[in-house]
Amino acid sequence: MEEKNPNYQIFVVNSARYLTLTTTKYEKRKKWQALDPKEVRSIIPGSVIEVFATPGQIMKSGQAILTLDAMKMYTKVEMPFDGVIKSVEVATGDRVPKNTLLVTIE
Amino acid sequence: MSFKRNILDLRKRKKEAQQGGGEKAIEKQVAMGKKTARERIKAILDENSFHEYDLFVEHTGRDFDMEKKVLHGDGVIIGTGTMYNQPVAIYAQDFTVAGGSLGLMHARKITKIMDHALKMRVPLIGINDSGGARIQEGVNSLAGYGEIFYRNTNASGVIPQISVILGPCAGGAVYSPALTDFVFVVENISKMFITGPGVIKSVLGEEISMEDLGGAMIHSEITGNAHFFAKSEDECFEQIKKLITFIPWNNAQKALKFPVQEPLSKTSIEEIVPIDPHHPYDIRDIIKAVTDGSDFFEIMEYFARNIVIGFGRIQGNTVGFVANQPMYLAGVLDCDSSDKAARFIRYCDAFNIPIVTLEDMPGYLPGVDQEHAGVIRHGAKLLYAYSEATVPKVTVIIRKAYGGGYIAMNSRHLGADFVFAWPTAEIAVMGPEGAANIVFKKEIEEAENPAEMRKQKIQEYKDKFANPFVAASKGYIDEVIEPAETRARLIHSLEVSSSKVDPRPARKHGIPPF
Repeated sequence: MEEKNPNYQIFVVNSARYLTLTTTKYEKRKKWQALDPKEVRSIIPGSVIEVFATPGQIMKSGQAILTLDAMKMYTKVEMPFDGVIKSVEVATGDRVPKNTLLVTIE
Repeated sequence: MSFKRNILDLRKRKKEAQQGGGEKAIEKQVAMGKKTARERIKAILDENSFHEYDLFVEHTGRDFDMEKKVLHGDGVIIGTGTMYNQPVAIYAQDFTVAGGSLGLMHARKITKIMDHALKMRVPLIGINDSGGARIQEGVNSLAGYGEIFYRNTNASGVIPQISVILGPCAGGAVYSPALTDFVFVVENISKMFITGPGVIKSVLGEEISMEDLGGAMIHSEITGNAHFFAKSEDECFEQIKKLITFIPWNNAQKALKFPVQEPLSKTSIEEIVPIDPHHPYDIRDIIKAVTDGSDFFEIMEYFARNIVIGFGRIQGNTVGFVANQPMYLAGVLDCDSSDKAARFIRYCDAFNIPIVTLEDMPGYLPGVDQEHAGVIRHGAKLLYAYSEATVPKVTVIIRKAYGGGYIAMNSRHLGADFVFAWPTAEIAVMGPEGAANIVFKKEIEEAENPAEMRKQKIQEYKDKFANPFVAASKGYIDEVIEPAETRARLIHSLEVSSSKVDPRPARKHGIPPF
């Protein structure tokens, strides 16, 4: 099954360098990135029912930014803190996968 | 006189019912590259051994005009037969009958054969080929699935349960295979998912093919739901027939003993392993160097390839192998490999199969993705499974046995019966490179030439600790052996352990970290 001359790569574990192959799943893994608190993202896939926020609007913490229809439930996405809406990235009717950027806050 | 009429009538009825969904539907099935349910059963069982039950069962759907429809056998075939002259129970969903959809009576037939299998203590083989719940039967379909899951769980660890996915297996239906011991899939034929591409597209707008979402290779390589991947149904049936030779018929028995064979490998065992612990090799070559006839039947070959699991025989008896694979990801432990090995260890323990562990492992895979994916929780499964297992447990440390991985890979401390080490073994709290950086941090930093000092200190640590003799001096390993002695030691230690008794405290069940 295995190739004759495998294309071994260098793989570091606890400061030691090993020659080895990697797996598809390992190659496909997502690099972790710190979340930017000024970016509000969808935590569940769904459709945008209504958008309340407009760019430039001053909003208070807890105020509804938009309503998402996700898994047969209308979920309100709220402002995480007081701030000014910098941009709105989605519109009514949009279907958004999980982790989609919805709005940015200044 | 009248007898003859009855018999002819019976034959006619049987023939009609055995037609399943009829010629057209069968043609369609064949056009998809699939065999019919009956052909599949025939291919798996001994010739002419199949006895079918509930052929005349009819569905009970009374809504949406279902009462006018005839669904032969209600879309599933159940029965008993033999494999290698030993009894087995089997069911096969018939996609030609209403897409193999599961209604109340369909489920009743399956649960009937499941109940038989458990009572009679014989293996159960389930062939899945179904569009899912029969929507017209409403909540009765759901009831049917639930009753199947309940029986899968009750039979778990008592009789072997084998699932063969030879068509779609979607929605709730996927959970019966997931609860069974071994899942077989075939390229381009098997499809498993909770929500299909259609729903995903309509809800999310994400487009993906069935094969990419839940095809045979996805479940073999990425999700770990499938244990055996085949390119054709025939290859799949051969795999099932081979697997069944390695396992006992129920948890009160041992696997069949086979005639003893010497390994066939031509090269000597020490030539397989590079002396430099940073260089890879295929651990399966070591397994093949110690098993009868160099036969190794690998399970989950494509998933978490950094650990290898499977069956082989030593002196004619089945042994479960768990081995780090330096060829992939340097043989590290991670979420998937811990999960894969832990479940296999529990299988072996439930079915009286001794476990041989081959260790060559640099530690746990570092990374945010691993930590966030729960490497603590998954890694704990491996500790739990080894500690819990009361079958004979033998470990051979080939090269690296560092840190937490040393403990996890069936160490003496988790209850190993015998621990052997090759003279190349490095049993230490961590690898020399990492350890030198910590222990000699100050010396290295303050040296005129830190790189040179580091090199020197690594060597110092290596000489002192990267060997099997420190652990041997504490009795943590029983014997440092020459590589060529490995098979002989395994034979003897398994022989000595063959009547092993290792009681555990009475309890309802433990709480493994799953």
